[in-house]
Amino acid sequence: MTDVHADLRSGHHDHVVDVRDVVVVLGAFPALAGASLTVDRGEILLLSGPNGAGKTTLLRACAGLVPVERGHARVLGLDVSTERDAVRRHVGLIGHHNGLYSDLSVSENVRFWGSTVGASSAEIDSAMRRMGLDGRLSDLPVARLSAGQRRRTALAALVARRASLWLLDEPHAGLDADGRDELDAVLRAAASAGATIMVASHELERAGSLATRHVRVVAGQVVPVVGGSS
Amino acid sequence: MSTRVARDRVTGTPFTRGLGIVTILGIVWLVIFGLFVTPADVNQGETVRIMYAHVPGAWLAYLAFIVTALSSAMYLWRRTRSLTWDRIAGASAEIGVLFMGISLVTGSLWGRLTWGTFWTWDARLTTTAFLFVTYIGYLAVRGLGGTHHQRARRSAVLALLAVLEIPLVHFSVEIWNSLHQEASVAGNTDVTMDGLMLFTLFLGVIVFTLMYVWMLLHRQRALTLEDMLDDSGLDRALAARRAEAGVS
Amino acid sequence: MKSMLRTAKAIAAKDLRIELRSRVVTNQVIPFAALVMILFAFALDSDALLERVAPGLVWLATIFSVLFIVARSFALETADGALEALRAAGVDPMGIFLGKTLALATQLIALEAVLVGASVVLYRADVSASGGVLLVTTMVLATVGLASVGTLYGGLAAGAKGRETLLPLLLLPVVAPVLIGATRATESAFGTNGIDVSEGWPWLGLLAVFAVLFSVVGTVAFGPLVDD
Repeated sequence: MTDVHADLRSGHHDHVVDVRDVVVVLGAFPALAGASLTVDRGEILLLSGPNGAGKTTLLRACAGLVPVERGHARVLGLDVSTERDAVRRHVGLIGHHNGLYSDLSVSENVRFWGSTVGASSAEIDSAMRRMGLDGRLSDLPVARLSAGQRRRTALAALVARRASLWLLDEPHAGLDADGRDELDAVLRAAASAGATIMVASHELERAGSLATRHVRVVAGQVVPVVGGSS
Repeated sequence: MSTRVARDRVTGTPFTRGLGIVTILGIVWLVIFGLFVTPADVNQGETVRIMYAHVPGAWLAYLAFIVTALSSAMYLWRRTRSLTWDRIAGASAEIGVLFMGISLVTGSLWGRLTWGTFWTWDARLTTTAFLFVTYIGYLAVRGLGGTHHQRARRSAVLALLAVLEIPLVHFSVEIWNSLHQEASVAGNTDVTMDGLMLFTLFLGVIVFTLMYVWMLLHRQRALTLEDMLDDSGLDRALAARRAEAGVS
Repeated sequence: MKSMLRTAKAIAAKDLRIELRSRVVTNQVIPFAALVMILFAFALDSDALLERVAPGLVWLATIFSVLFIVARSFALETADGALEALRAAGVDPMGIFLGKTLALATQLIALEAVLVGASVVLYRADVSASGGVLLVTTMVLATVGLASVGTLYGGLAAGAKGRETLLPLLLLPVVAPVLIGATRATESAFGTNGIDVSEGWPWLGLLAVFAVLFSVVGTVAFGPLVDD
């Protein structure tokens, strides 16, 4: 497996995410109205802000899923508009949906996502182990998992398909206390292993302890947190 | 700025106004010739007059669908990619469906009077019916939503797929039909047309084509205005949104 | 190319595995199609007539079932946002198309086998050895065409408002050549109305053109149709 970070083009590889004055228009609504942001490797960045402020759109822009109307956004040195497919292969976005097949087991789901990039069995096993899904859990159908276990299965799928930038939209939603703790633990481990993680959440006390840095998204722009970020 | 916007908000220009007047005069001419000046047919009697609307209607529908296909291809071709092509394709398909509907109705009325039946499973008729439904589906897909370019790409691909289906459907229906040796009613109703009748038919095709161009220009501009309405106020909305962030 | 085939294989295996687990096609769509065959028998109420129209009924029931199988195939993908996740992961759309078409074709062949069996039992259809060869070839070609065009339009309708009605609106006019070609070929295979087996083969040309056209065009067009 080649490390994407080693492939970064010269001149642009200071940041994993480099977003400048980005405007994204949904319908006629400027969901992002000139957002700027940089994120570095290994960070867990928390995006907070009220509903409808543009957190989700910012994540989708970084994933190459919404057209950037003005400004520019680069992810891993790749332009999200002109090199969209390459960006998409390195980025994993988990939002309201986990993208799992409920009739298949945990290991079958992770194996399926790994097989789209030709991952080996060892990689699949390691992905599940890193997300705490080995043992008894791995053979359960996804339909029988708790919300937290499903989210970790979706994360294992990201690991299996070698995504290095993880964009998580409200990852704690619908999880019980144990589920949240387990999720935080695997995310911290992933970040220290080199993944870059952006978390959009309005649950500050929860996600705040997880994040290494915190910015607010307000009215389609990124603003520093008053009182300085951690 | 305000005058430019004001001028942009109408769909008429001196050219389309002139074209409209010519079209209306042409329709009057066609009505007079079709209903009064031309004689009744020896075999079909007065019903032959339906042909002066039916034939041009069918011709127009096919022309409109060809225009839809061509402008869809223009949209998909990178060097000429413009939403204008997409709007022409959409406007043309709408008019095509309208005229195909008209020609199906006039055709079955004529069939009832001449053959004694509203419908026969003739290859041309059957293909036309499939075509009609296909373009209704095309218009439904245009209405699915998404951004303008999403709509444009989806519908352009679909329009080109329809071009592929048409010959295939027509060919299969034709050989299917040739197996049924029901004395083809369509065969022996050759209209013996005199010069004046042929001229009127020809006039009908020209008048309907003018009408098509007239409607296409207006409809295309109306669609442009609809899209502009979606886009307009982006700068205003951006400013408002930025101000909102400053306040909070 | 390599990633396309790898994706196709992964998608097809995944779809078939889900069917093995959930048995929706086996336990719901196939019984539905068989039920349609029985209802035709009630409606037509004449052994002679049934025998004459059996080939057409087999393919009509198949085409109605295609609508359900396609809808099911894409319901799996949209239930938890998997299709969107596949797009978001930059997975090759050609591979997705080929994989889903392959899985769809496999399920369709099973369905057609049941329907042909049903027509032998219910409508007294009769198949000779040479008719059997013709029939199997017909089924394969018709299935490739139906599965390709079904996947193409199923992907377009997936997730759209009113997809239950949009899919038949798009799909039914297109599959007319398959209905005509497969029905005529099957008439020859069954020997309906004393038609000879050899008369059925020319119809396969039509089915082959349809199958090649829509599998090739579908592979290319699926991405632009599904992707934003």
